[in-house]
Amino acid sequence: MSSKLAKIEKRTAYLLILPSVLLVFSIILFPIFSNIWISFKNVELKDLRIPEPRAKKLVKSIKDNPTQIKIIYKLRNSSLTQEITNVKFKDKYPDNIEPISLNNKCQFKSNLLKCELGNWPKKYRENLEIVFQNTNNQEISKKELKSYKPKLSGKSQNILLTYEFTLNNFKKVIKDKAFIDLLSTTFYYTFFGTIGAIVFGILAAQMVNQKFFGRTFMRSVLLFPYVAPVVALAYTWELLLDPTSGTLNNLLINYQIIDGPINLLGQKYVTLNILGFDFKLRLALTTVIIFEIWRYFPLAFLFILARLQAVPKELYEAADVDGANPIQKFLNITLPQILAVISILFMIRFIWNFNKFEDIFLLTGGASGTRTLPINVYQQGFSIGDIGMGSAVSIVIVVFLLIFMFIYFKLLGKRADEN
Amino acid sequence: MKIKNIFTYCFISSLFLFSLICIWKILVTLQGIELTNFNFNKLFIFGIILCAINLLIGKKLNLNIKLILLALLFSIFDYFISTNLPIWYSFGIFLISLFFFNNIKDYDKNFLSKNHSSQKLFFNFLTLFGITLFSFVILFPFYMMLVTSFKTQALLLLNPLDFSINFAQGLPALFKSYFIVFKDYNFGRYMLTSTIVSLGTVIITLIFAIPAAYAVARLNFFGKNFLSTSILIIYLFPAIVLVIPLYTIFSQLGLRNSIEGLLIVYTATTLPVAIYMLQGYFKSIPKELEEAGIIDGQNWLGIIFKIILPLSLPAISSVALYVFMIAWNEFLFSLMFLDRPNTFTLSRAIQFLNVGAETPRQYLMAGSVVVTLPILIIFVYFEKYLVSGLTAGSVKG
Repeated sequence: MSSKLAKIEKRTAYLLILPSVLLVFSIILFPIFSNIWISFKNVELKDLRIPEPRAKKLVKSIKDNPTQIKIIYKLRNSSLTQEITNVKFKDKYPDNIEPISLNNKCQFKSNLLKCELGNWPKKYRENLEIVFQNTNNQEISKKELKSYKPKLSGKSQNILLTYEFTLNNFKKVIKDKAFIDLLSTTFYYTFFGTIGAIVFGILAAQMVNQKFFGRTFMRSVLLFPYVAPVVALAYTWELLLDPTSGTLNNLLINYQIIDGPINLLGQKYVTLNILGFDFKLRLALTTVIIFEIWRYFPLAFLFILARLQAVPKELYEAADVDGANPIQKFLNITLPQILAVISILFMIRFIWNFNKFEDIFLLTGGASGTRTLPINVYQQGFSIGDIGMGSAVSIVIVVFLLIFMFIYFKLLGKRADEN
Repeated sequence: MKIKNIFTYCFISSLFLFSLICIWKILVTLQGIELTNFNFNKLFIFGIILCAINLLIGKKLNLNIKLILLALLFSIFDYFISTNLPIWYSFGIFLISLFFFNNIKDYDKNFLSKNHSSQKLFFNFLTLFGITLFSFVILFPFYMMLVTSFKTQALLLLNPLDFSINFAQGLPALFKSYFIVFKDYNFGRYMLTSTIVSLGTVIITLIFAIPAAYAVARLNFFGKNFLSTSILIIYLFPAIVLVIPLYTIFSQLGLRNSIEGLLIVYTATTLPVAIYMLQGYFKSIPKELEEAGIIDGQNWLGIIFKIILPLSLPAISSVALYVFMIAWNEFLFSLMFLDRPNTFTLSRAIQFLNVGAETPRQYLMAGSVVVTLPILIIFVYFEKYLVSGLTAGSVKG
């Protein structure tokens, strides 16, 4: 009896999860695997259009003979790169009309014109002319003839499904001189974006954890950058930072803090003089990181605040009795309590920042030294149009991602052991 | 009373007052009023003097009288060192200094003679300063977005710092950019598409996720542990690695430029997080309730609909709101899959507006307000649910 119940339970469970598993498999897992497939192929954006045989039907009347009519089919292969094999042609005609003569490719049977047109190489064009007559010697209506559309079919090789593979994409990715720069930019962006978001998250959480007027309102406001659409925010920042008409530059010039406008999003390097040493700062990248911190610190804030509110008050009261100062209290009580949250947060944010695409794309489009790996996927695949290369770059991302995830789950497991 | 404490008190207090005044001055500048100097030296030194006076007066005067007196002194001083400024500017200075002196009322001789008082003072001001600065930095772009949408191109070019809103021109002229965005740029249609896509994603995701989450939370089957770890792993895979294969598959299936295609992708990408969030909640529902249902002769479907769903409405609403937010804000897939304007979502339409020929910035900002406002209203209204959704699902972003 119980085994029968268990069986029913199992069956129900599979039934309940099946739709989700199928959907996730086809839209997430299958694409990740096909990424590997595509990355070993030489595919370009223009190859993605499936070649089609096409026909344009022209109806021409013959002079002084209304009972006869000439039909011209302008045939062509839509693809500029691929062959279509075994092209078949079909068109319907009204009653009482038959062709005067036909070439050996075509047949006319019970109002249907059928042709076997063979193989068409790329860019192929051909005109097919047939003269028809009315069997009852009546006038042929052009309108009726035009109302039927020819149907064509043919087989073409789908470039994605062939078994030709190449290592060229990966060779190109690794040999690219900019690859090291690409990696370092990605890590720079990821690392500082993550650290910054966490530092500001801690500061904000510390603030909101105290009692003051308008505290709940403040908590909502702090989350605004995170919940608002990235498109709107990125364009607002772009307008704020614009060198000629942007508010920030104009404000700074107005208050004589800077002499001339600074192109914060369009300038690759800026030289800073600190204590007599010249530092080259990557300006556009730094601006993008600041935007990133501005947008994602709310998340760190939310996590850390939740943890802070769970810290027992007695700990602080005991510290007060011992005469600890605020810095000591933070370092010895608060920090150890939130350290675990911070490490998890760091890993999660690191993984997500590593893959961040929208923010940089909308702010700079990857120009002036802000090209990260995800931006490169887009540029290779859609700006240059080399789908295979784009796929190869995303495989590089996946490899890094798997390494990060391994570390993350190790960390998560270790934390579960501690609790 | 230590000299060091008095010194830090005066110094930090005056610095805080000055930073408040700076923010006020920036806001005033953005109303088109010519103001080119923060007057750091004068204001800072006068601030220190006033803080010292505040300390000297102590409790000899009525608190309210003292506050108003000090604030008045400060505003008058500021009025004399800056010229040609409207009266409402000085009134703002007066209110700010009133707020400031009210904040330092607790720092008397007693307080300053205690241990750690300078550190405590420092952190108190850091908190106050932080709150002001954080609110300013966060709200400023939103404020600029809103006011830019009310201006015209000519006025913005004439004085790029003048963001004052002229209410005298009447509402139609004020909201002109919005009329144009909806009429000439078809934003009504995009808004409808965005709403359909977001609501559709929420509904389909819930239909798929609730049964699956229930199975993962409650039923025993082979591969359960594997499934629940895979959910988390899949969830961490970013959209950027899916984009190229999905693009190739969708172009060959003819699913690009269709709302259906977008719905499928959005549902699949939000499904793992929805299952993850829901199963956590389902596990917290007492098992006895379901057992009672089984004894009453309910089948699995009945248990889900009559027992689990009514009990987990809060969790379901937070999942729904979170998924809605993700779908509404989504940009990458809509950029990849939609290139015909009649299928655009709001995010995609704004990007199209920016890339296309020189679109005046007030239209761009009006579009941005149109896409931002609904999500902010929903957020403020349903904050409780959304915050719990964000915390539970915040691995994503």
